[in-house]
Amino acid sequence: MKRPFTRDQKTTIVYGVLCMVLILVVLQLWLLTATMNAFLGGDVAVVWPALAASLVCLLLNAGLLRYVYALESHS
Amino acid sequence: MIGDQPEPGTRFPDSRPESEQPPWRLDFPIDVPQDNYIARRDSVKFLVLTSFAFVVGQIWIAAKSLVRGRGAPPSQRIATVDEIPLGGAIGFNYPGPTDPCLLLRTADGTLLAYGQKCTHLSCAVVPELEHDRLHCPCHVGSFDVATGRPLAGPPDAPCPW
Ligand code: FES
Repeated sequence: MKRPFTRDQKTTIVYGVLCMVLILVVLQLWLLTATMNAFLGGDVAVVWPALAASLVCLLLNAGLLRYVYALESHS
Repeated sequence: MIGDQPEPGTRFPDSRPESEQPPWRLDFPIDVPQDNYIARRDSVKFLVLTSFAFVVGQIWIAAKSLVRGRGAPPSQRIATVDEIPLGGAIGFNYPGPTDPCLLLRTADGTLLAYGQKCTHLSCAVVPELEHDRLHCPCHVGSFDVATGRPLAGPPDAPCPW
């Protein structure tokens, strides 16, 4: 049987998740500013790919958050 | 709550046993590792919310781009050809009353229209048809008359048609 994580281990895991989410959010911020810049400059070609990429980041983030909650409910 | 009990030796930030802690810490016991855990978890939650807000922003831009691309731009009467001298220019506003533009007639009779706002910091460009360029006096930028391509100075995007 798998031993449940100790609290210290969980804190470390959540810290790791926090770092990953932070990187994804910074990526999304960059995407948003770059898209806005392109859009205001009259270039709409990047709008939909950027939306898709941002959505993928959100889904990854939501998955990580779900994992954090799953971690808690198994304790 | 994670775990049933605080683990031994982790309850106080300095890791010393309870008997060595100052009285105020015993009066206001804070489970520091638990506190750290909650802070990190809540940061994750907050960042995911931020991430959602960024996606909403992207959707807003996409919706705007759909609305902007819809329908042909309205046509507008500016002047008759005879009203513009060869090698001359007149100003007009298009599409809104606050969007200044230039209609140019080059020496060979070609008609060209450009937005008058410089793509650097939006100063008004001045036609200099004798030098085949649109000149921006603010930071000495210039654009090619035939294509709108930036030729010199700070602007790096072409002058809009
Ligand atoms: S505003 Fe035109 S060069 Fe700076």
